[in-house]
Amino acid sequence: MNAKELIARRTAKFFKDGDVVNLGIGLPTQVMNYIPEDVDVWFDSENGVVGLMSAPGEGQPVDFNLVDASGFPGTLRVGGCCFSSFDSFGLIRGGHVAYTVLGAYEVDQHGNLANWMVPGKTCAGMGGAMDLVTGAKNVLITMIHCDREGNSKIKKQCTLPLTGAGVVTHIITELCVLEVTPEGLVLRELAPDVTVEEVVSKTEADLIIPEKIGCML
Amino acid sequence: MSKLPKSKVVTIDQAMEHCYSGMTVMIPGFVNCGVPETLIKAMIEKGVTDLDVISNNTSVKGRGIGRLVHENRIKHITCSHIGSNTETVEKVVAGEINVTFTPQGTLCERMRAGGAGIGGVLTPTGLGTPMQEGKQVIEVNGKKYLLELPLHADVALIHAWKADKMGNLIYRRTARNFNPIMATAADFVIVEAEEIVEVGMLEPDYIMTPGCLVDMIVQGAPTEGK
Repeated sequence: MNAKELIARRTAKFFKDGDVVNLGIGLPTQVMNYIPEDVDVWFDSENGVVGLMSAPGEGQPVDFNLVDASGFPGTLRVGGCCFSSFDSFGLIRGGHVAYTVLGAYEVDQHGNLANWMVPGKTCAGMGGAMDLVTGAKNVLITMIHCDREGNSKIKKQCTLPLTGAGVVTHIITELCVLEVTPEGLVLRELAPDVTVEEVVSKTEADLIIPEKIGCML
Repeated sequence: MSKLPKSKVVTIDQAMEHCYSGMTVMIPGFVNCGVPETLIKAMIEKGVTDLDVISNNTSVKGRGIGRLVHENRIKHITCSHIGSNTETVEKVVAGEINVTFTPQGTLCERMRAGGAGIGGVLTPTGLGTPMQEGKQVIEVNGKKYLLELPLHADVALIHAWKADKMGNLIYRRTARNFNPIMATAADFVIVEAEEIVEVGMLEPDYIMTPGCLVDMIVQGAPTEGK
């Protein structure tokens, strides 16, 4: 199993039956493939739909009026519904979305998140991310633990401009699951064959190591 | 006996008499879904330029709002995202288009305030981020919020699935997006509809935008997709 599959598989296990879940673009989208058989979640897309499903299959009709958050045609499950962007962000900001799953440039031990701009680089805008991380009940960050140079993306304090302050609830990487608590970052689970020492050495943030640590799988 | 409602259906040329260079214009759409493509094409043909656009994004390269980007008709844009259109990104980097980013949900609330006679909205979105700069932080019952001010436009261009001749509107699926909120927040509202029906043909409870908000209706074309 590769790193991204492990992250997606573990993330999918957070959801409970009936949860409304918003998945970001990229790695978070892969979470859709690993929802447990006995759990039925409703996918929210911020352009105004709950109950959005994957793209139409071969031979299925394509409706350009029904698109996902990337603008590609999707399908609607039975019971799904569409509404305005205004209603959509009311759902999001009002705490009616149980989980939002996003990637990050940096996360820190205070639950701060930076994932929308790097000073000096072209910025595409925050889209709906700031509202999602402010309003969703749980904010799950899925990402590879370190950047390409091997630096920890889990900081004591974010250095990049924030998307949200104190908003992250869990961080899921290919090494571990961390929970953001008022006391700090708690190491909840380890990936198979990964040690506490390895996680500590690859994490800039201070970690709280409890006596009992679970396994990601 | 009730009077027969007046038809607001006009030609595209009549609608274009209300679109002018330098205006502030709300243009709906998410990526390229629910964009008033017919009205955008007509504005380009008329030579309307120096636009101050309020939209969520700029569609994709050369389509929808992307047509205005390609033809250099936009001087400033208030939006939440430009990433779906590489040409917009290039022109923003080159300084040809000024952009003011606002979070997508905040954009909605600011337009609602502009259309509903509200002096501003308090939102927790953007607290502790660059969005806070220059804005008033207001504490209510121990919780902090940013004060965000209303958005209003000279003209809103709307894409509807069905319209009756007095402007009652129904949108389809996610093509609804910013359309109903923008129809409330401009001085002049022009609708392009895929299908125009007689007054009385739409079920009153299914109408999503009341016709009293609409000034003009033109025949539109179906959403083209991304």
